[in-house]
Amino acid sequence: MIADQLPALQVALPLIAAPFCVFLRRPLPAWGWAMAVTMACLGMAISLLLAVLHGGPISYHVGDWDPPWGIELRVDMLTAFVLVLVSGIGALVMAYARESVRAEIPSERHALFYAMYLLCLTGLLGMTITGDAFNLFVFLEISSLSTYAMVGLGKGRQALLAAYNYLILGTVGATFYVLGVGLLYMITGTLNMADLAERLPAVANTRTFVAAAGFLAVGLSLKLALFPLHKWLPPAYAHAPSVVTAFLASTATKVSLYVLIRIFVEVLAPAFRAAHLPGPLSEGDVVTILALVAMFSGSFVAIFQADAKRMLAYSSVAQIGYMVLGVSMLTVTGLSAGLVHMFNHAIIKATLFLAVGCVFLRIGSVQVKDMAGLGKRMPLTMAAFVLGGLSLIGIPGTGGFVSKWQLVMGAFEKGWWWAALLIGLSSLLAVVYVWKVVEVAYFKPAPKDAPPVKEAPISMLVPLALIALCNLFFGLQTDWSLGVARAAAASLLGGGTP
Amino acid sequence: MRHHSVLRASAKILIPPILLFALYVQFHGDFGPGGGFQAGVIFAVAFILYALVFGLEKARRVAPPAVTHSLSALGVMIYAGVGFENVLSGGNFLEYNVMAHEHHTAQHLGIFLVEMGVGITVCAVMITIFFSFAGRGR
Repeated sequence: MIADQLPALQVALPLIAAPFCVFLRRPLPAWGWAMAVTMACLGMAISLLLAVLHGGPISYHVGDWDPPWGIELRVDMLTAFVLVLVSGIGALVMAYARESVRAEIPSERHALFYAMYLLCLTGLLGMTITGDAFNLFVFLEISSLSTYAMVGLGKGRQALLAAYNYLILGTVGATFYVLGVGLLYMITGTLNMADLAERLPAVANTRTFVAAAGFLAVGLSLKLALFPLHKWLPPAYAHAPSVVTAFLASTATKVSLYVLIRIFVEVLAPAFRAAHLPGPLSEGDVVTILALVAMFSGSFVAIFQADAKRMLAYSSVAQIGYMVLGVSMLTVTGLSAGLVHMFNHAIIKATLFLAVGCVFLRIGSVQVKDMAGLGKRMPLTMAAFVLGGLSLIGIPGTGGFVSKWQLVMGAFEKGWWWAALLIGLSSLLAVVYVWKVVEVAYFKPAPKDAPPVKEAPISMLVPLALIALCNLFFGLQTDWSLGVARAAAASLLGGGTP
Repeated sequence: MRHHSVLRASAKILIPPILLFALYVQFHGDFGPGGGFQAGVIFAVAFILYALVFGLEKARRVAPPAVTHSLSALGVMIYAGVGFENVLSGGNFLEYNVMAHEHHTAQHLGIFLVEMGVGITVCAVMITIFFSFAGRGR
């Protein structure tokens, strides 16, 4: 019986757990409670993945109202894959959070912070699992609102400004999304995604449909931070508390990409084909060009950042370019490259941002110039950073290599040799900015008057080491990442796409 | 505001009907226009009016931050708690039918409780937002 309820509990458990944190009030119990809940979420996500692998897609009817009238929660391979990713990162970052939050956030706000964190997790898991286009908007808002609050908890006034900018742009994005959904509802009378996909081809020749697709594309690209709608991302990541940055960088944009794929590849693609319109994600299309520009502009700007968090944030903009490039190929290889890069990049950025969080805890700064001599003084933290950096560049043996290789394969398959070349070139830019940190940390001695620095506490090092080793693990064992991504891509493109 | 006796008197006259109207919107929400969200906002308006006329300090004494914070969490718990109760009774999440034998009674009870959760949270959050804006720079 309880197994049938897993799709609902996956979202409802963190939702009901969040207010408990407010009642617990004290930092340690709130953290312990949130930790237990995130672990339970991970367990549920894994059992959902296993259930889907063995028994096929699961459909859950909230309130026992049949779709398309009621809200449907739908778990297929891709959903379960993203659920495991989000809840896995959520649990790992939570394990790391206790010390980091204690250092960066005033203690009377800890309980509220953990409540926000759980609400954000609720929103992200809900966006992933729901099969209802409007319900997705509700979860999008739950995750976004809690994110704005968490970003605003960062130190200094700039965090508030960054959160405010993010709030304005994020709200514009969400509003565009709901406008698009509203227009689709106007011409079909349904909000269920599967039902929409069936009904849209009949009405695809209307201007309303084209306008809806436009609103959806712009709204989701804003949430995804696709160039040139990425301006909210670097300040938000740079000024948020370390834990929040690590969590957001490896989950929020990933879930947005997942939603983009769901809406455009699954819901809208049949209608575009029926109307013989150029698909919103098709070859030679503007999305491909934006993805390529993102890859270069993001990496290029990252090179000139003095702040390590801001540097990694711009690098995220570039990496989103890789993912969208893969998705825009609309082939099984390309789409699976986008998906597997989504997975690997989540691990990479979690590693890098958690390592930077350890550095911030010990030296109180994330400026690259202040990291002199840290290679010797914080050997484990910096080793994890280097591992994440290698994976970001795409050195063979790391997760980043697997996804970039897949992306290059996809490009060749399409005959886009220029894209393959550009992927290689922009990876070289990643070498430059990762090397900047490595050079300062390992080859520049610490200044004479520098205060002694200890390695980060064990409770932060263990999650950091775990996620860093994941980079290696998923570089060598690709069944769980690439294998699942490929199966998910094949089932998404199942019907008649070239 | 101490000298504005007209304002003070009219606020005192208005606040009870505002609270009553909020309760009407809340409990009549499942038959007519209204519901938890609207009711919560109207209920909070009474506190905001009180704060505007009689001062923030007095209003804070009526609705201390500890209470409003707890209430905003409580509402979410009532909402999600109804869903969990349904799951524990063998139904799907938010399947009110398992809450009573008779279909209509069960639906009524479910909507009533969920809307109550919404109303409590919205009211508490509205009061909190107003107090934190009004209390800035003090």
